[in-house]
Amino acid sequence: MQDNQVLFEIKDLCKSFGDNLVLDHISTEIRKGEVVVIIGPSGSGKSTFLRSLNLLEEPTGGSITFEGLNITDPKCNINKYRQKIGMVFQHFNLFPHKTILENMTLAPMKLLKKTKEEAESQAMELLKRVGLEEKANAYPSQLSGGQKQRIAIVRSLCMNPDVILFDEPTSALDPEMVGEVLNVMRDLAKQGMTMAVVTHEMGFAKEVGTRVMFIDEGQIKEENTPEEFFKNPKNPRLQEFLSKVL
Amino acid sequence: MLSVYAFIRIEEYTDSTFLREDIKVNFREEFYLNFIQDDRWRYITKGLGTTFAVTFFAVILGVALGIVIALIRSTADKSGSKSIVLKIADWICKVYLTVIRGTPAMIQLLIMYYIVFASPNVSKQFVAILSFGINSAAYVAEIFRSGIMSIDNGQFEAGRSLGFSYAQTMIYIIIPQAFKNVLPALANEFITLLKETSICGYIALTDITHGANTIRSQTYSPLLPLLAAALIYLIIVSVLSMLVEKLERRLRTDAR
Repeated sequence: MQDNQVLFEIKDLCKSFGDNLVLDHISTEIRKGEVVVIIGPSGSGKSTFLRSLNLLEEPTGGSITFEGLNITDPKCNINKYRQKIGMVFQHFNLFPHKTILENMTLAPMKLLKKTKEEAESQAMELLKRVGLEEKANAYPSQLSGGQKQRIAIVRSLCMNPDVILFDEPTSALDPEMVGEVLNVMRDLAKQGMTMAVVTHEMGFAKEVGTRVMFIDEGQIKEENTPEEFFKNPKNPRLQEFLSKVL
Repeated sequence: MLSVYAFIRIEEYTDSTFLREDIKVNFREEFYLNFIQDDRWRYITKGLGTTFAVTFFAVILGVALGIVIALIRSTADKSGSKSIVLKIADWICKVYLTVIRGTPAMIQLLIMYYIVFASPNVSKQFVAILSFGINSAAYVAEIFRSGIMSIDNGQFEAGRSLGFSYAQTMIYIIIPQAFKNVLPALANEFITLLKETSICGYIALTDITHGANTIRSQTYSPLLPLLAAALIYLIIVSVLSMLVEKLERRLRTDAR
């Protein structure tokens, strides 16, 4: 795969819950190697947008194309594409009945048909990368929030995804644990992982993001490079939002 | 007059050694009469076998059927039942649960024996297993459904986002956690079922209760046979509870 290849192509994406229109004709694309940071006030639809990308929320209109295939087509086998789209949640969602190692090897063994040895050696390598190899046989309940989220990130990496979606990965963490999670994400970005990140961490957006997107009232009100985005915001809603959070 | 009577009673019972001897002799005689004579103990052992067999197979049938119903019901709940097939299946399950939980197990057993099968050639044990299994499935289904619904939706989303299908997510992630949560309630249901099989006698199937009652009707001495039956139930339930507690402790790995 060459760089700059379009991974996600989103056209007129709409999502409504009953009469409530949450996403209002969103069109954009995400290219390989990009780190797209999505910000916006709460209730703006930014999480719904992110969750639509792997169809955890089923769009009510428009289309999403992933690696050239329309995944909103009802005939498409979404399970196949979700393997290539990692996801990290606000509340980690580790499997509490399985050890850390089992959390990481379950999907590769069952879905990619890896042997136990292959899956475990890959998992141990990833655990070393985030400095948690001694937790391999611990259960999620024995870990701190920051450790859980680092595990959740490497669990998604075990499937060798082409892109990882982060849904407010640091919002449920104690302040002193935010840094360790952001560090892992920063390393990932450096290695060229494509990422879409919904976050309130403006520092991360400025430093790591290649593009920042402001979603409000279900629409992308502004998107730009981080420098332009934070220095010269054009949309009045964005100006107001930034004045509050910066 | 009354005081004289009382005096005689006291005279009679102050000799406590005599009293103890009396009970001992009585017990030996009673025991012989109820269990040894004419090999009456066979009623109890035969009944024990039946109770075990009916309970065991009814539990298997109940769990199998119960899981299927729980999966249909919770899938319909989760997906907002979009497909028409699922809607119909969900409706059938709801009717089934209402009927089974709304009528006594004894009536169900009698209907199964006298109306559904209505044939002297069918095995009574089979009828009992079927009837109790179908009865238990309704309760097991609701226990499992509550267990599945109690698992945080994030677990489900995590499974699906890794690429697991709905069924795989259920099997690898949701059901193991749900099972652990409902184990106490499930054990309770099995214990209830075991005791519920004591109505087998109504279709003349010899379980423990019916066996003990048969002895009583032959010897006209209710104390020992009924106490023996009660004791046997108590022992089985105690052992069962102990095993479940052990299993629970083994499964409680993630709770520190």
